[in-house]
Amino acid sequence: MRGGSLWQLGQSITRRLAQSDKKAVSRRYFASDADLKKTALYDFHVAHGGKMVPFAGWSMPIQYKDSIMDSTVNCRVNGSLFDVAHMCGLSLKGKDCVPFLETLVVADVAGLAPGTGSLTVFTNEKGGAIDDSVITKVTDEHIYLVVNAGCRDKDLAHIEEHMKAFKSKGGDVSWHIHDERSLLALQGPLAAPVLQHLTKEDLSKLYFGQFQILDINGSTCFLTRTGYTGEDGFEISVPSEHAVDLAKAILEKSEGKVRLTGLGARDSLRLEAGLCLYGNDMEQHISPVEAGLTWAIGKRRRAEGGFLGADVILKQLQDGPTIRRVGFFSSGPPARSHSEVHDESGNKIGEITSGGFSPNLKKNIAMGYVKSGQHKNGTKVKILVRGKPYEGNITKMPFVATKYYKPS
Amino acid sequence: MALRMWASSTANALKLSSSASKSHLLPAFSISRCFSSVLEGLKYANSHEWVKHEGSVATIGITDHAQGHLGEVVFVELPEEKSAVSKEKNFGAVESVKATSEILSPISGEVIEVNTKLTDSPGLINSSPYEDGWMIKVKPSNPAELESLMGPKEYTKFCEEEDAAH
Repeated sequence: MRGGSLWQLGQSITRRLAQSDKKAVSRRYFASDADLKKTALYDFHVAHGGKMVPFAGWSMPIQYKDSIMDSTVNCRVNGSLFDVAHMCGLSLKGKDCVPFLETLVVADVAGLAPGTGSLTVFTNEKGGAIDDSVITKVTDEHIYLVVNAGCRDKDLAHIEEHMKAFKSKGGDVSWHIHDERSLLALQGPLAAPVLQHLTKEDLSKLYFGQFQILDINGSTCFLTRTGYTGEDGFEISVPSEHAVDLAKAILEKSEGKVRLTGLGARDSLRLEAGLCLYGNDMEQHISPVEAGLTWAIGKRRRAEGGFLGADVILKQLQDGPTIRRVGFFSSGPPARSHSEVHDESGNKIGEITSGGFSPNLKKNIAMGYVKSGQHKNGTKVKILVRGKPYEGNITKMPFVATKYYKPS
Repeated sequence: MALRMWASSTANALKLSSSASKSHLLPAFSISRCFSSVLEGLKYANSHEWVKHEGSVATIGITDHAQGHLGEVVFVELPEEKSAVSKEKNFGAVESVKATSEILSPISGEVIEVNTKLTDSPGLINSSPYEDGWMIKVKPSNPAELESLMGPKEYTKFCEEEDAAH
């Protein structure tokens, strides 16, 4: 056997058999284990049977004793606890932190009610995506945001550069990077009932996208009702010295039903939920409009602009983008990143950016970009896997219905 | 190969599906110290395929060690009957939820039978890698190629060394 697809999420490589170099295939540079960063839960993962792999410079569990398939199904039936402490949490503070952030993201930050947040995109001058992020307006003078681990250095350098310029013109903004905290994600139907055991605050009043600073299991946590699976759930920022205790408490309160879940299942879950993975489905050259995230561009922002690349994005909103992100079902082997998408006559119309076998739907699912005009649901396509075309069709996302906790 | 990518010293202790495969063991087997089963009477390639040579037919599949590292198989791509396979050249692919792996033929010859059960039940490769999960039967064109393959003890040692390197 010879493997081409790597376990490195965000860099999954589809086997291109025709072009592969026999000798090159198995050789891949990995940072030595000593160079990899460890989260506060590293030993906890290993003790629980975690299979540790390098990811974005960290040693992270790709799975535990159960298979990725079982783990993914369990999240939607019971629940999952993920260590996402590799992601970077930061706070922007100051009188002008809202107008400052608005120069960098497409969200209507001023329009967010205190204690609410949203998914947004950091854009570059060409209207492409630097990263996606969940931002929360805690108060008018405090914004809390989380960015991807793989983009940490890039994002922080970008924010710092613009912050310096903003301050030199008299703006009042400062930042704090929460390296003293660890982020855990608790997702699934049991997330709220289990977490409720660990806090006195009434979680039934905390809806999707809302944020609260509260005591959980004896420590002050930042709690956001959000996630990356499509299920109801939370992301919990806990002081790192209490991270293991919190993880233990969550698992115990669920009586084993909520399982520690790794990055392998996390990727399957977010794909089923139709969510982008930066580095695969969103990149520097892809705009939020092309990625189907027009809803994340605030109404006022569409009229006013004021963020990097606004001219490009506003034009795409007017004329329509030339490519669009869509979902696919297909037969045969699962379509993977970089597989070509052809129309029924064999003309190339797009490319897959993420794909795999859905453990919950038990069929192949994928997402990718196709030329506008060819993007309607139901459009029949052919997807090339290892040089052979397989039947597929375009479908809407999410593939698995989301269960976000919203007021009725 | 895919196995080399699993950078973890805990991988050895974690044979996820090997307990499932033990339900189909032949009487004569040796269990490698890496806890996956290796059968007597078979020959092994260093790319983790096995060959069972009986008369003029050679049956080929992937080993317990391989399926354990791959995880749950969701799709198998196999060649047609009458097509040719060559030693160390790929003849198909195995897909798990997250990864794709090529399968290399340990010997050269003509494919005389393909296990069509794998289309509907790719998981047979996990539950029964040496029996129900067989992949192709080949008429060997050069039986001397079998000599250069590893025996069970050699293969067991090979697996241990490979896993220890990660």
